[in-house]
Amino acid sequence: MFGHEFMRNAFLAGTFVAFACGLVGYFVVLRAQVFAGDALSHVAFTGALAAAAAGIDLRVGLFAATILVALGMGMAGDRARADDAVIGSFFAWVLGLGALFLAIFTTSSSGAGDGTAGVRVLFGSIFGLSASEARLAALLGALAIVVVLAVARPLLFTSVDIDVAEAKGLRVKLIGLVFLGVLGLVAAEATQAVGALLLLGLLSAPAGAAHRLTANPYAGIALSAGLALVATWAGLVISYVVPALPPSSMIVSFAAAIYLGAALLGRRAEIPKLESVS
Amino acid sequence: MSIDELFRFHFMTNALEAGTLVALMASSIGWFMVVRQQTFAGHTLSVIAFPGAAAAALAGAPVFVGYFVACAVGALALSAVTGRGGTRSLSHESAAIGSVQAFGLGLGFLFVSLYHGLLSGLESLLFGTFLGITNDQVLVLLALAVLVFAVLAAIARPLLFASIDADVARASGVPVAALSTGFLLLLGLAVAATSQITGALLVFALLVTPAATAQLVTPRPGLGLALSVAIGLAVTWVGLAIAYFSIYPVGFWVTSLSFGLYVVVRIARTVTARQAVTA
Repeated sequence: MFGHEFMRNAFLAGTFVAFACGLVGYFVVLRAQVFAGDALSHVAFTGALAAAAAGIDLRVGLFAATILVALGMGMAGDRARADDAVIGSFFAWVLGLGALFLAIFTTSSSGAGDGTAGVRVLFGSIFGLSASEARLAALLGALAIVVVLAVARPLLFTSVDIDVAEAKGLRVKLIGLVFLGVLGLVAAEATQAVGALLLLGLLSAPAGAAHRLTANPYAGIALSAGLALVATWAGLVISYVVPALPPSSMIVSFAAAIYLGAALLGRRAEIPKLESVS
Repeated sequence: MSIDELFRFHFMTNALEAGTLVALMASSIGWFMVVRQQTFAGHTLSVIAFPGAAAAALAGAPVFVGYFVACAVGALALSAVTGRGGTRSLSHESAAIGSVQAFGLGLGFLFVSLYHGLLSGLESLLFGTFLGITNDQVLVLLALAVLVFAVLAAIARPLLFASIDADVARASGVPVAALSTGFLLLLGLAVAATSQITGALLVFALLVTPAATAQLVTPRPGLGLALSVAIGLAVTWVGLAIAYFSIYPVGFWVTSLSFGLYVVVRIARTVTARQAVTA
């Protein structure tokens, strides 16, 4: 299986993307920001297609859109979280914009087969990564992992009890902003691997499972990253063995199965308490 | 270019009729959805419509059957994961909904891949089309709208009560859990109907944005509901009309109009609130 270059690239990129998604996802679920992650995934789609319509590298649009919008949400949201209805209204419009860029892109480009660009952005194309793309994906994934691990302790603290964290002199707002920036980076990363529509599965399912299985935050973070890795590897392998099954569907299906298993088996673990952080 | 031209073609009158029915359903159900803070659940239902349609195409069944079956199953699944009532854990609930949603989308893509011919139709499944709506489809939508409004009229008062204060409602004998499941099913029906016109990804423009705008304007239930429906109808009609004359997709126009209106109302509200403070 590893004799094929596309499989080596897929495993390299997939491993780092999954690890980063698992780490960040744990905090996304803890901070109840899954809906914000959902919104970012739609932003990723529109950003990439805007770049396609403008004729520049898809990834430029992808990363610029998700990181800027994530930071924007952090600025606008202040300490309070933005209302679901506000986020919902916003991303309905973002998707409409995406549909517009898709139409511009498909009508302006003369070559046939360009319509698949939209599909690739929505559902990913991890088997289509070149060696340099895979290396870049791994590098950015590693960057996200390092940043999250570096701020893990204060981030946990502010996520579990924002008032006490602020009283102890933590820069709550800055930490939240850094976190959302990393979330934007990871969303753009994961879009390349599993696609804009499916990255939510990699963000929320392994993390949700970890939250069900343990109340200890550090064990939870490790478990979340581990489960995301397992789902990604399993998805890649089964999709290699049965080529009719697309890798992104398989990865997300495994992640969802893991969540279902954890929900059925695991006791309903509590959200981590303050004492377990410090 | 004139307004009369809009009604000259049969496909356009069908589109306007279907759009009207869909806007009526989506914006009234959507108002309750926003009050109940089930926006994420609504989004998930709208996304689940996509694998349903793809599965129906794969099985050779009519696409609208797929929409309805998937949304009904999705509504029951969501009510099983979330609808316990009482103290809900926000973190667990949103992780569960997110997982259901991603799994549904993954399945949808799988079906599309298995059924190679659909790839060209994928865009219209996701982003909608208002061309080629048949007379039969309009009739089905009409029947559905009648059903949805009959049920909604019957349960509106207890539903509103349960949405605003579940504990008090339960104490006074309102069947909160049954209402919650029933409402999700109703939401699923409305979403399935709307998906056929706007596509699975753009249902939200009609479901949440008019309702959110109405709630900015007034907290009163009757007035808010009426306003939400009026906004939904207006953006659908204007969006369809512009899309007819332009080369860009109807989904873009409808979402932009409704979001634009929301932003304008929001800014107007902020300005008037400031003036009220300084005055």
